[in-house]
Amino acid sequence: MTQSPNPMLDRSDTRVRHDDSLMGAAREFLDRVKSGDLGMLPVAVGLVVISVVFSALNPVFLAPNNLVNMLFDCATVGVISLGIVCVLLLGEIDLSVGSMSGFASAMVGVLWVNMGLPVGLAILAALVAGALVGSIYALLFNKLGMPSFISTLSGLLAILGMQLYILGPTGSINLPFASALVGFGQLWIIPKWLSHLLALLPGAVLVWTGLSVMRRRRAANLSAQPLGRLVLKAAVLTAALEFAVWYLNLGRGVPLMFGLFIALVVALNYALTRTQWGRSMFAVGGNREAARRSGINVKRIYLSAFMLCSSLAALGGMLSAARLASSSQQAGTGDVNLNAIAAAVIGGTSLFGGRGSAWSALLGIIVIQAISNGLTLLNLSSSLRYMITGGVLATAVIVDSLARRSRVSHGRA
Amino acid sequence: MAGSTHIAAQRGERILSLRGVSKKFGAVSALTEIDLDVHAGEVVALVGDNGAGKSTLVKVLAGVHQPTSGTVEFMGRQVTMDSPAAALNMGIATVFQDLALCENLDVVANLFLGHELSPWRLDEVQMEVRAWTLLKELAARIPSVREPIASLSGGQRQTVAIARSLLLDPKIIMLDEPTAALGVAQTAEVLNLIERVRDRGLGVIIISHNMEDVRAVADRIVVLRLGRNNGVFTPETSNQELVAAITGATENAVSRRNERRDAEARGETA
Repeated sequence: MTQSPNPMLDRSDTRVRHDDSLMGAAREFLDRVKSGDLGMLPVAVGLVVISVVFSALNPVFLAPNNLVNMLFDCATVGVISLGIVCVLLLGEIDLSVGSMSGFASAMVGVLWVNMGLPVGLAILAALVAGALVGSIYALLFNKLGMPSFISTLSGLLAILGMQLYILGPTGSINLPFASALVGFGQLWIIPKWLSHLLALLPGAVLVWTGLSVMRRRRAANLSAQPLGRLVLKAAVLTAALEFAVWYLNLGRGVPLMFGLFIALVVALNYALTRTQWGRSMFAVGGNREAARRSGINVKRIYLSAFMLCSSLAALGGMLSAARLASSSQQAGTGDVNLNAIAAAVIGGTSLFGGRGSAWSALLGIIVIQAISNGLTLLNLSSSLRYMITGGVLATAVIVDSLARRSRVSHGRA
Repeated sequence: MAGSTHIAAQRGERILSLRGVSKKFGAVSALTEIDLDVHAGEVVALVGDNGAGKSTLVKVLAGVHQPTSGTVEFMGRQVTMDSPAAALNMGIATVFQDLALCENLDVVANLFLGHELSPWRLDEVQMEVRAWTLLKELAARIPSVREPIASLSGGQRQTVAIARSLLLDPKIIMLDEPTAALGVAQTAEVLNLIERVRDRGLGVIIISHNMEDVRAVADRIVVLRLGRNNGVFTPETSNQELVAAITGATENAVSRRNERRDAEARGETA
């Protein structure tokens, strides 16, 4: 073997090709895609196709204010989808997130409007109810070995029943329009100057953490990512975000509720990728027995995921109640459930467990809402909308399955 | 934790000592009055036919099963191991036959699984350095520690599994059929690895059906038969002797067949 006199720790094996240049990065990306590690590619392709098709059919689709409306809608189901990502990572499912969101919105309506409790207390109560439901699923799973598919399916019906029960015969409660909750759900926008400032943040964080990691890796005699690539990444990201913010500010601007959603995505992403809990989630999803033998408390991981999922579903339900300014019997029914699950899968979280990221909820929900918004603009009946959304979900799952097969044959699990 | 300067125990010192260990599952005696010693810097091979009690013994030592009677001494103190975690914390690491690695995670994540550095802000750089250092010490040939386990060969996975058990700085490492699924070259790699682990001053218990591998790497060969000790041999022992001890010298399928044919022959002449 020919080696430089002082080879870096991770560069001493000459069998491995290292792609440091920009061309190398492109080649690495192509290799990854070919082996079935699709990443964000399906979403990117999907969004381009959607934008071209719908804006050709109705130019309003890409108008700034339509996009702002879309972001309001994204935030509600997106938060629910974030919880779905957690259970999917373990290879489990929660089919009751729609009912849970509807029940939470009903709880807020009843406790706050009908019974006159402070709104904060009502929200807290709904979140606790979500956590409680999640812990029941985890209990059934851990103690009785009940498949989450079944326990949450019965949960779907039971919680829907509870929603109808507490709403009573009137069936719907209007939330006060002047309240902060409804303002948050319908009106509040991040100030223009702040939104531009916030759009700079991801790029800055990327460069800052990138530089510190680079320094530490160099000090530890490990190879580090080239500076050029890091700067280019940050520059492209910042430019894209600034453009998006500028475009949205041509309309009403960036919804505060969407900002909350993004903050939750970032927080979950940190927890999943940079903490022991997150590592354990991936381990349990990948190989439960291996995780157990390496000392991970597998039952507690399941408990945390189910609780997180139901709590986020409750939060999403309250956001959509705020968005509609009402708690009704229809809240959380219909396609909420499937949209939340479809968003996670379309965004790249595998149904088979062990693969995915918090970002998939964000990317997936944008695709779902774009389709639903575009179809609404075309004035299509809901029958057609259901069929088309169903087709998109099927396509996403097919892509997931094919990519998984390809990954297995390329040794990437 | 593992480091090249660390010496687990004085070479030759007795680390583990079992006296009269029995394990009953209801009416079945899986282990009867087993004695076993393991010293630092020694490879002990456990051999025996199917049902001889090898796996039960390993599970007792790994804390999966508790012995019905008998004493276990570890580093000179009598101990009870009531859970896998207890055995692990004491310094008995086990590499099970199915390896138990997460294929979706990379080598570093698997090595440190459940024992990550700084749980609230994973120290990836430090973990990667430690992973490379450990693999270098074992002279293991892993192309990249940032590839998922799924892309590694069987021998490389075995290496990762062994390296992971070393990370907790055990005194003894038990390997259940480490070469069962491996090709010729990978088997040699794993045997080299076992020798390097021994040279670090650890006690190694290896279970294998492959007499060639056992003979190549073991310092002592302990034969179990029907849950009892059936002799301790050296690698120089002939194959016939070993097979005789494993199957029962006077009473085995071969001898029974011969006896039956003899009896038939006598019956015909009578």
